[in-house]
Amino acid sequence: MTARVIPPATYYTVFAALIGLTFLTVGISFVPLGEMHTAVGLTIASIKALLVILFFMHLLYGSKANWLAIGAGLFWLGILLALTLADYFTRHWWTY
Amino acid sequence: MRRKLPVDRAIPAHQFDDLEQQREAATFGAWVFLATEILIFGALFAGYSAYRAWYTHDFELASGKLNILIGGINTIVLLTSSLTMALGVHAAHVGRQRALVWLLASTAALGTLFMVFKAVEYYDDYRKQLVPGLAFDPAEWSEPGRVQLFLIFYYVMTGLHAVHLTIAIGIMVWMIVLARKGRFGPDYYNPVEVSGLYWHFVDVIWIFLLPLLYLIGTHSILDLHF
Repeated sequence: MTARVIPPATYYTVFAALIGLTFLTVGISFVPLGEMHTAVGLTIASIKALLVILFFMHLLYGSKANWLAIGAGLFWLGILLALTLADYFTRHWWTY
Repeated sequence: MRRKLPVDRAIPAHQFDDLEQQREAATFGAWVFLATEILIFGALFAGYSAYRAWYTHDFELASGKLNILIGGINTIVLLTSSLTMALGVHAAHVGRQRALVWLLASTAALGTLFMVFKAVEYYDDYRKQLVPGLAFDPAEWSEPGRVQLFLIFYYVMTGLHAVHLTIAIGIMVWMIVLARKGRFGPDYYNPVEVSGLYWHFVDVIWIFLLPLLYLIGTHSILDLHF
């Protein structure tokens, strides 16, 4: 057994941060920010997801090969989003 | 054959050099599977993004009607289940059998609680005329078609998430059965670790669904109700 034992205190700290960020993001939705809501919400969500992936899912502690798998997944997600949205976002251009 | 042995005599399957290599292979396999899951949800996120960009205002109006209180509470419930899951993997790793069973059971229970709240929320959506084709009044909206499009994204995305959570709860029950038989210990707990990865992934999807579905429009305190 060579896998590192992560102290539960790490999990409790991450959990506290996740709950804090949840209250923050829901709280901000009551502030009239208009179109900024999506950007703010996605930024906070990305931080929360990163905390879960790095600590709860042990990406930080596990084999480096795992970075390759999630990296490939996100890279293909990037292609999916970029090529789809490049089409939809530019269809209106001819009206200008 | 390995699984029939007491955990203190765990031996790797014959294709692996040692238990550590077997463990790394198991988690890597789980991550590869999760990469494909990113793309399943990714297609929905791409479709959502395209139409949200086109019909920004209508999506914001419809989003403002969703029950942010239940959505928020459910986020807390799911994050808590991720904590008990992470602590469960830790318990398996350090060989605390009873704690492992209790933590896995708490994880499954919190997942079930999420589903109950989600059902309550769907019923609330129904009462608020937010279900296209079943309970929806086009006269309430200036652009009913666009609002229905948002709601369909809402049901398909939360629905696919609920299907994943249901599978995850089933896996958790399976892990509880194995844990009670004493199949896991410090040398061998790959199934718990891999189930945990799936559980956390379902949590991560919800982390992104919360802002995209519930938080894109400005809410009013008056909307808060259960």
